[in-house]
Amino acid sequence: MIIPKLALRNLLGAGLKTWLNVVVLSFSFVAIIFTQGLYKGLDEQASRAMVDTECGGGQYWIESYDPFDPFSLQDAHGKLEGEMENLVESGKATPILIVQGTIYPGGRIQPVLLKGIDPEQKLLTIPSYVLKKTDYELPALIGSRMAQTSGLKVGDSVTVRWRDANGTFDAKDLQIVQVMETSVQTIDSGQAWVPLPELQKMANMENEATTVVTEKNFGPAKNFPGWTFKDLNFLLKDIHQLIKMKSIGSTIFYIILLFLAMLAIFNTQVLSIFRRRKEIGTLMALGFSRGRVIQLFTLEGALNAVLAALVGALYGIPLLGYLAAKGWALPGTAEQFGIAIGEKLFPTYSAGLVMGTTLLVLIMTTIVSLLPTRKIAKMKPTDALRGKQT
Amino acid sequence: MENSYLIKTVDLVKVYSMGEQSIVALDKVNLTFRKGEFAGIVGPSGSGKTTFLNIIGSLDAPSEGSAEVMGEKIEKLPHRKAAELRNKHIGFIFQTFNLLPIYTVFENVEFPLLLLGFSASERKRAVMDALEWVHLADRAKSKPSQLSGGQSQRVAIARAIVKRPAIILADEPTANLDAENSHHILNIMEHLNRELETTFIFCTHDEKVIQHILRKIILIDGRVTKDEIMKNNPGRRW
Repeated sequence: MIIPKLALRNLLGAGLKTWLNVVVLSFSFVAIIFTQGLYKGLDEQASRAMVDTECGGGQYWIESYDPFDPFSLQDAHGKLEGEMENLVESGKATPILIVQGTIYPGGRIQPVLLKGIDPEQKLLTIPSYVLKKTDYELPALIGSRMAQTSGLKVGDSVTVRWRDANGTFDAKDLQIVQVMETSVQTIDSGQAWVPLPELQKMANMENEATTVVTEKNFGPAKNFPGWTFKDLNFLLKDIHQLIKMKSIGSTIFYIILLFLAMLAIFNTQVLSIFRRRKEIGTLMALGFSRGRVIQLFTLEGALNAVLAALVGALYGIPLLGYLAAKGWALPGTAEQFGIAIGEKLFPTYSAGLVMGTTLLVLIMTTIVSLLPTRKIAKMKPTDALRGKQT
Repeated sequence: MENSYLIKTVDLVKVYSMGEQSIVALDKVNLTFRKGEFAGIVGPSGSGKTTFLNIIGSLDAPSEGSAEVMGEKIEKLPHRKAAELRNKHIGFIFQTFNLLPIYTVFENVEFPLLLLGFSASERKRAVMDALEWVHLADRAKSKPSQLSGGQSQRVAIARAIVKRPAIILADEPTANLDAENSHHILNIMEHLNRELETTFIFCTHDEKVIQHILRKIILIDGRVTKDEIMKNNPGRRW
């Protein structure tokens, strides 16, 4: 126990030099935990929003449906019958019919995905109940992004043209009954939500759907002929990958910060060994072996990380705790991020993240502290006592 | 070990290589030291005094010959064993005191006991005893930077003596001190030598030290030219 005691005493005895290293290193600690927590929070928040508004507990897709191939939409519809119909009627799932169409806002042509949703559904948080208004020929719900790109607002009427199951083109006026604010772009951009029964009639696809969204925590998923179940891992894969990529990008920032902190510690260690040669000689004369001197100096360096964790905790816990509770207000440009982010982002810090970061910094600091001590292994006690470099 | 030697060197040689040149620092030195001696190795600068002290202090190894200290052959000791020997049996006093600057006087003196695994109460008692011997008990909480040269050297003596080693090796202990402090320190060391029967071996060319030693070994160019008992201290045994 003597070496840890001496190491701590030496480290604290070095005063300002120690605290400068510790503070810089604590910035790295807090920055790593903050950025990683931010991306974790982003992932969770985006996933939750996607689950609430679009994915539910997973989706059944009609086999020919490919969301990335608009040409597949014409044939991407199937009958809700048998067990699938029972599932929908039991309220454990809600069908969505997707039909490609065109709208003509202000005389312009704009492609649109008409998405039929049951106005009575409660599985998704889309305000589909507004589509119950019967005094409109075809009530439609759009998102704020769609409203912006099309120039449509509540009360506007616009002509929509589509092709039915038989390949016949038809047109009708739809009325915007609500513009919803949503963070999920995939239920907003280029889409108009209309009552499912209306769309089924318009497209000549009675009792048909393209996807069937199941309730949260749905499972285990049964196989229905003609339908493929897509679980959340599949549906949220793009989000996770996107966030992972952005998270990797952000690591450059904290790698630089960590590198600077490690450089400071390395520099301190090299200087310390150079300046304290006489002390090293004295320690050896008093009975310290070279191995113990190396242990002492390495531990002194590594303790920087322990002190940095404590100092980081001192200001990091209140700061990060506050951000986790109150959220981090995002600038307007966050819309361009490409994923569902609300007005505020709530970082999530797990015990694994904190422990992992602490361990990472501790290991790196120990390695950086150990490297310069190799000089001690070559140092002759007699030279060290004279303050001479061997 | 009452009747045997604490230190014995046989044909001790130390050669330093300086590029292509070789410098012979010690040339076949044969010396023995018994328990309770108060001996001085005297000679001009570069005569090999410190080299001899470093070898018998297990800080350095001989090039040839043998140095046996407390029954251990220095030339065969691995680093760890050499450190153990220094830790248990040898105390050092240096010309420049070599106190650890961030520790207090108490902590500096306590240091060797920490390595030996003494309990806190044992350490406290031993440190305060050692500080009493050197008349510095009232400066226990001071830092080395707050002490004079004489006081610093007394702390170094307390640090060397606190673990009651068999041998104390003092390399020019008075070189940085004025006459009054030198005598004071030498009196303390004489007292400790008498009371504790610790073997003191000095390296010096300081006349003040030579006046106190009981055995004078003259070393010139690495060779022992004279080894005599100083009769001006007839009351002292060796």
